Amino acid sequence: MKFQEELKESIRKALPELDVVIGWCGSFDPLHATPHFIYGEEDIEKLEISPLNVHNLATYLPGMRGKKVGVVVKGCDSRSVVELLQEKLISRDDITIFGFPCTGVIDQSKVKKAIGYVGNVQSCDMSDESLVVVVDDKPHSLKLSEVLAEKCKSCRYPDAIISDYFVGDRIAKKDPAEPNYKELEKFEKLAVSERFGYWLKELDRCIRCYACRSACPLCVCRDHCIAESRDPHWLSQENNVRDKLMFQVIHAYHMAGRCTECGECQRACPVDIPILMLKQKMNKEVLDIFNYEAGVNLKDTPPLLSFKMEEENITEKDW
Amino acid sequence: MTLVKYLKSTDLKSWLAELAEKNSVFAPRYEGDSVIFAPFDPEQEIYTKSAATVPPKKTVFPQSEKLVDFTYHKDPENPGKTLIDGKEVLPQGTTVVFGGRPCDVRGFSMFDRVYLTKETTDIYYKARRDNTSFITIACEFTESTCFCHWVGSSPSDPIGSDVLAVPVKGGFLLTAVSARGETLLTSKLLLEGKPKVEEAEEVLDKVMENLGKAPDLSKSPGKLLEVFDNMEFWEKVSAKCISCGTCTYLCPTCYCFNITDEIQGLKGSRIRSWDNCMSALFTMEASGHNPRPTKAHRLKNRVGHKFSYYPDLHDGIISCYGCGRCIKSCPAGVDIREIVLKAIEFMPTVVEE
Repeated sequence: MKFQEELKESIRKALPELDVVIGWCGSFDPLHATPHFIYGEEDIEKLEISPLNVHNLATYLPGMRGKKVGVVVKGCDSRSVVELLQEKLISRDDITIFGFPCTGVIDQSKVKKAIGYVGNVQSCDMSDESLVVVVDDKPHSLKLSEVLAEKCKSCRYPDAIISDYFVGDRIAKKDPAEPNYKELEKFEKLAVSERFGYWLKELDRCIRCYACRSACPLCVCRDHCIAESRDPHWLSQENNVRDKLMFQVIHAYHMAGRCTECGECQRACPVDIPILMLKQKMNKEVLDIFNYEAGVNLKDTPPLLSFKMEEENITEKDW
Repeated sequence: MTLVKYLKSTDLKSWLAELAEKNSVFAPRYEGDSVIFAPFDPEQEIYTKSAATVPPKKTVFPQSEKLVDFTYHKDPENPGKTLIDGKEVLPQGTTVVFGGRPCDVRGFSMFDRVYLTKETTDIYYKARRDNTSFITIACEFTESTCFCHWVGSSPSDPIGSDVLAVPVKGGFLLTAVSARGETLLTSKLLLEGKPKVEEAEEVLDKVMENLGKAPDLSKSPGKLLEVFDNMEFWEKVSAKCISCGTCTYLCPTCYCFNITDEIQGLKGSRIRSWDNCMSALFTMEASGHNPRPTKAHRLKNRVGHKFSYYPDLHDGIISCYGCGRCIKSCPAGVDIREIVLKAIEFMPTVVEE
């Protein structure tokens, strides 16, 4: 990316005042990136900005309270930072935000599906519109638009909403004016039995590793999660899909009007369960009732974290 | 004389259907975008190209299993006293697992050293272990996360398997590698295997070439102990870990479990379920003290256990068979190979006086 060097320069400038800056670098193969913790000059050089930077680095912030942390954010990641600040889960004074114009990230599951087998990726060349992935000496040419993460296709915040350093040229805010819930609307039209059947089937393969929870920037109970607690003992440890669904429902409810739909829950899932939809459903309801979108305005209070005697769009009684 | 047979790919389902008459048969198949081991279903395609997303660990060591069913009731002679009737729930029947990889199946030899010792036998584990056969597919391709050859194994390692299946043109060359394996190869669907032996050897030679040279890990047990107290080292290598259980639950050699009583009214079951050393609750003591209070302590334990403590207890055998799932499926890209190599190469900074 053209502004990568500029970003390195900003980090170099800010690093002496910080304990660490979190960015991304190359990983085990050319098709993957990994979160990269920058402590000194040699780490700065490894920083890479690319459509492979899927990880939302805001996830690390609540666990690093008390440290001076720099964090590189995509537009969507910056919404998580805003939401964490709104909820006072992190302190603005402790964090330094590096933003850049994000043109979207790649969905690894889509790449896997398009190519078939990506066990041994030898190279991955990306341009603005395409990527060429070489697997076992065979090149596969893919259009970027085909393998872009769903959230990126209807992204409305490509630039970081909040930043101390912004590198590159801003991309003007994109249409649509409201979040895109077309896929969800299609799903909502199915009969209850079909929807329930869908979740029972999808969640059956859940291994209860709770990567969905751990990757979520706003799941802040961390070491005190209901999923593993025996006191209270709300979830059984039996291997039944009912408890797996129960956890997802608890997670989704706690995310209503807080979730910024970064999609980390779904991306982190090692068995590709499409659980982002559950959070989108909650957010769609919150948008309908409260006309509220999470993590876009520092001054807002998430509607379910506040109380009004009379809600404009909720009629409790007939009169 | 080793028993070798040739199975045509087109006969695979019929063969598994035959085996399913007397056994529960598990085979890898797509569920969503992931490959998991599921009960054999002739209607579904079997995936044989590469290792499954989730290994077949659950066939011998289920994600969650009932150990004991119990009921509380009052002692009629002494109403102040509560009696408990308990009955162990032992696994029944025989299982055949088709399509695991050598690294998946060899993993159980790690379990055996812990669950089947001279002093103690885990009866639940033993019942499944004794009654489960493995028809393992040797790897024709290697992945960038594969490192079986670093840890004393190979893409055609037969340890723990009953039949080794090598992909050849149009099917598999099946070799019995245990007495139980021979009994699995009696079907009339199986053809004479000898004409395919040479081709199978070529496949295996080629895959070994692709794996490249392995670094020497013989120093890892000692080197990891040397950095044991170096928390700065562990904080740095664990910084990106998000403390989920993906690495441990997808690991064919991770055998830790937790025990929970699930009670409804006067009836209940004692459950054993997978536990995960990356979780804060793993070593949480009743007093509230946790000897592994941070993710750095926990990741140190996962790496140390596999590459230092286990080999120190068990003749130098590393408790990892290099399947690479903990790397490939880690949501944060933590690479256990990188950590072990860093520990081996670690040189303490000499402070000049």
